[in-house]
Amino acid sequence: MTEPIVELRNVTKIYTSRRGIASEDVQAVKNLDLDIHPGEFFTLLGPSGCGKTTTLRLIAGFEIPTSGEVFIQGRLVSKIPPYKRPVNTVFQNYALFPHLNVLDNVAFGLAIKRIPREQRQKLAHEALELVQLAQMGDRKPSQLSGGQQQRVALARALVNKPAVLLLDEPLGALDLKLRKAMQIELKQLQERVGITFVYVTHDQEEALTMSDRIAVMKDGLIQQLGEPITLYEKPANRFVADFIGESNLIRSKVESVSDGIITLRVGEERVNASAGDSRPTSEQEVFIAVRPEKILLVPDEESTAKYLTGVVTQVIYIGTDTRYLVNLFSGEPITVRVQNRSGRALDQFKRGDQVKILWNPDDARTLLI
Amino acid sequence: MGRLRLPSPFTLYYWLVAAILFLPIILLIIFSFNSSIQLVFPLKGFTLKWYQQLFKSTELLEAVRTSILLGFGSSLVATILGAMGAIAMVRFDFPGKSLFVSMAAMPLVIPYVILGVSLLIMFHQVGLPLSAFSAGLAHVVVSVPYALLVIGSRLVGFPQNLEEAAMDLGCTYWEALLRVTLPISFPALVAAFLICFTISFDEFAIASFLVGTQPTLPVYLYSQLRFPTRLPLVVSMASILMTASMIAIVLSEWLRRLGETPHRRAKP
Repeated sequence: MTEPIVELRNVTKIYTSRRGIASEDVQAVKNLDLDIHPGEFFTLLGPSGCGKTTTLRLIAGFEIPTSGEVFIQGRLVSKIPPYKRPVNTVFQNYALFPHLNVLDNVAFGLAIKRIPREQRQKLAHEALELVQLAQMGDRKPSQLSGGQQQRVALARALVNKPAVLLLDEPLGALDLKLRKAMQIELKQLQERVGITFVYVTHDQEEALTMSDRIAVMKDGLIQQLGEPITLYEKPANRFVADFIGESNLIRSKVESVSDGIITLRVGEERVNASAGDSRPTSEQEVFIAVRPEKILLVPDEESTAKYLTGVVTQVIYIGTDTRYLVNLFSGEPITVRVQNRSGRALDQFKRGDQVKILWNPDDARTLLI
Repeated sequence: MGRLRLPSPFTLYYWLVAAILFLPIILLIIFSFNSSIQLVFPLKGFTLKWYQQLFKSTELLEAVRTSILLGFGSSLVATILGAMGAIAMVRFDFPGKSLFVSMAAMPLVIPYVILGVSLLIMFHQVGLPLSAFSAGLAHVVVSVPYALLVIGSRLVGFPQNLEEAAMDLGCTYWEALLRVTLPISFPALVAAFLICFTISFDEFAIASFLVGTQPTLPVYLYSQLRFPTRLPLVVSMASILMTASMIAIVLSEWLRRLGETPHRRAKP
């Protein structure tokens, strides 16, 4: 195991917000422990106010932790100012210098390091080539589009060859199509330059697309940390199940537990689910979390072992898939997503049809309430 | 649209206000070239003698010199203080911030006469002799709010985290101010300086209390009004003052906008 390039040890950050004389403490980050490995694309994901940006700013050096330590490349940097840290940041609003042209913006960091003019012009030009803006060097940032400004910000940071590149929702201001293209481009760029990226976003799809590992945050705490596939397939709690992708959360009661498979009661009916990381006891109330695309709908007449029954209340055709909204007999609404492959009858179920709801127990997880 | 239209009431209103505002000034300038000593129509004849006399009057030129030096010094100090205050106001959060801002803007609402009297009493108490210097100190007090607001509005106008970006790229805080904040706010600094200068140069009430034996130009001009023969001199000096002030204000506004335009044009 290689040594982590960024380490947060028991880091807490408390902001004091003032209104007149009254002041209030807000815990933005609570006892955070985090290891980020060299060369990985690491994402901090969460809703606004979850502490992800504060975490990034703690690594960048714009914030000093209230308690705990920050290490970069094994060096304690908790109280070291940003200009002495081997990291660079791409800001959400790009923060390009309006009084300098694009090339001078990119060369800014090199100029501060007193690198001779000729060499820094060459390096800045190379960095602009990397982001395909070599022709734009003598323009002012205000003459560029949002996507181009974003690339300049990227080049300005990368040209300094930081050990870690910090990105604070860099694609947030771009339109959807450009954002999708940039996601792939960013990921390819990261693989090419081999620099560790720490990426902050609230967009779960963006996080899944690019990241090697993701830390899902809420209320200043990490809810779950893992690879995209783990987060999606094995969410640790209700928040993660809900925040990453779409989940049906069905209230149920544990009937019996055996060998990692749990039998649960939903209303009068019984189903199986895997225990996951939770260790529920008999008669405990839990959620069954199951993804809409992992559910199988079958006509009511066909008999199977363990299933729930419901009534189709809505059929929504969205091209690649059809979504069925189904009311369970227990009263809870769920969503089922069926892919429209060739050969599948598109009008298999209609509103008002009674259906059976099946799933593979491995695809359904019990989550503690 | 090549259609002829009757002037709307608003257009008439506009011209009425403009006339009330500018007619006296234009009259003043016209009279400054009139050869009669009385400021009444009809005009007698064109002359430049008032201007010639003006430039021969050593006392008056001395007053101009005092005013320029005082204006220059007080504006420089006010601009520096205003810039520092604006950075604190826009970029930092600290206890008592709103109190600080309202205190700094206070001279805008305190009548100058009252400010002049109270400063007179205070300078007397601390034993500071009355001179152009003491008047200059007072002018710093009344100019700072303008500098603060002009520079502050410029700082608000560009992204808050440019200094952070500069520090991220290796600048210390002071280097960031020097390499990023200063160049961006330069037009606002110049505009603030010009406004402060104009305020100081035109200011009478405070100066009349505090200048002691070194009259500034407005104070000197006022003292000359007692002598009817000196009146045309005052008129021609006032014309020069008026024109110079207007040029300075227009210039500073132009500079302020010049600084703002590129940012406004920025695409999302």
